[in-house]
Amino acid sequence: MEEKILDMLADICGDEIVKENPDIDLMEEDLMDSLDWTELLVWVEEEFGAIMSPSEYTREEMNTPNKVIAQVKKRLEEQNL
Amino acid sequence: MQLFGDTYFFIVAGLLAVPAVVFGVKEKPINIYGFCVTIFFIVITMKSRPSAIVWMVVYVALQYLLVKTYLAVCAKYGRNRGLYWLYIFLSVAPLAVFKITGLTGHSLFGFMGISYMTFKSVQMIIEEYDMIIKEVDPFEFVYFLLFFPCVLSGPIDRSRRFHEDFTTVHPRQEYLDMVGTGLFKIVLGAAYKFAAGSLIYQLMIWYGLKGTFTSHLIYMYCYGFYLFFDFAGYTLMAVGMSYIYGIRSPENFNKPFLALDMKDFWDRWHISLSHWFRDFIFSRLMMRSIKGKWFKSKLTGASFGLIVNMTVMGVWHGFDIYYIMYGVYHGVLLALTEIYQKKCRKFHRAHKDEKWYIAVSWFITFNLVMFGFFIFSGRFTKILGISW
Repeated sequence: MEEKILDMLADICGDEIVKENPDIDLMEEDLMDSLDWTELLVWVEEEFGAIMSPSEYTREEMNTPNKVIAQVKKRLEEQNL
Repeated sequence: MQLFGDTYFFIVAGLLAVPAVVFGVKEKPINIYGFCVTIFFIVITMKSRPSAIVWMVVYVALQYLLVKTYLAVCAKYGRNRGLYWLYIFLSVAPLAVFKITGLTGHSLFGFMGISYMTFKSVQMIIEEYDMIIKEVDPFEFVYFLLFFPCVLSGPIDRSRRFHEDFTTVHPRQEYLDMVGTGLFKIVLGAAYKFAAGSLIYQLMIWYGLKGTFTSHLIYMYCYGFYLFFDFAGYTLMAVGMSYIYGIRSPENFNKPFLALDMKDFWDRWHISLSHWFRDFIFSRLMMRSIKGKWFKSKLTGASFGLIVNMTVMGVWHGFDIYYIMYGVYHGVLLALTEIYQKKCRKFHRAHKDEKWYIAVSWFITFNLVMFGFFIFSGRFTKILGISW
C-alpha cells in the first residue's frame, strides 16, 4: 500500500523525488498545492474507500510523503477498511 | 456601545476581564464566566433593537437543532447527498433571506454577526457529513457561535479547534503567557485601528476625493492601507481578547502587502475566511469535478474552481455590483496565477529566488491587490457610473 501511495504522489506532484526522499516537504518545495491535495483525497476514497476530509488536516500533519502514508493508514484502521 | 469601538467598551471589557484572569490563574475553567460576559455584551450592544435579539435567539436555536439532528440523520442514513444539501440549505437560509431582503432596503432576520455565525454552523454540518464531528454539546455550540470577541468580524474559528481550548484548563504559566500575548495584541490592534487606520482614513478624505487621476490613485492606496489597519487592528484585538478567556482564536493577517503572488496574498489576508472558502468550497468543488471528470485538463478545472470560489466570496460580502466584481476579479487573477505558474513552471521555479524576480512579483501583486480594494471600496464603480 505504501508503494501505491508513493506512486500516486509521484504522479500528482509530477516528480519522482517523493519516492527518493519520503521526508521532503511537499508544500515548501512547491510539489503540492491545494488542488493536488484534493486529487489525492479523491484517489484515497476511490482506491481504498476511506473518507478523508479536506478540512480535517493541518498542513503540518500532511506535508511529507511519510506523513501522508501514516495518515491514510490511520484512517483505514479507524474506518475498519 | 460598540464592540471594540468606543471607550465605554474598553473600560467595561477591562473590568470584566479581571475575573477571567483570576479564574485562569487559579487554573479554574473560564467558560461559564466567559459565556455570561458574552451574553452581557450581546445584550448591551443590541439593546436598542430588541427584535434583533429575538431573531438571534431563534437563529441560534435553529442552527443548534440543525447540527444536532443532522448527526442523527448521518447515523441513520450515512452520507446521503440529498439530505446533506437540505441541511446546508436550511443552515444558510436565514443569511440568504437577510441578504436578499436587504436589497429592498428592509432586511429581514438581521442581527449582529449573522454572517460569521453562518460560517461556523455550516462548517459543522459539512464536517458531520465527513464523519469528523461525532458529537455536539449544546453549551459549547452556543458559546462557539456567540463568543463575543469574534462574533462581529471574526476570525472564523473551527469548532474542532475551539473544542480543544474549551475542554482544556491551561496550566498557570501557559495561561499567563496567553494573557501577556493577548494584552500585547489588544494594544497593537488598538494602535493599528485607532491611530494608523484613522490617520490614513483622514488622508484619504483630504486628498483622495478631488476627482483627478492622481487623487483617485491616492484614494486607492490610502483605502488599501486603511482597510488593512482597520480590519487587522480589529482582528488583533479580537484575538487578544479571546486569549484572556482561554481561547486561542486563529490569526487572520500575516503581512499581506509583502505577498509575492495572488495565492500568497490569500494566505496572508483575512486568512480565516480564505481558508474557510478553500476547505469548504474550493476543495469540495474540485473533488466533485475530479470524481465526475467534468474537465479534460486539470488547469481548466482549477481555473473554474478558483473563479467560482472567489465569486461566492464576493457575493458573501453583499449583492452590490462592486462586491461581485471584487470576487470575480480575484477569481480571475488566481486562475491566471495558476495558469502562469503551471505553464511557465520551469521559468518560475528557476528564477523565483532571484532578487529581480521577487521585486517584479511583489510590485505586480501589490498593485493588483490595491486595485482590488479600490473595486471593493465601491469608488471604482462609482467613478465608472455603475453604482452609487
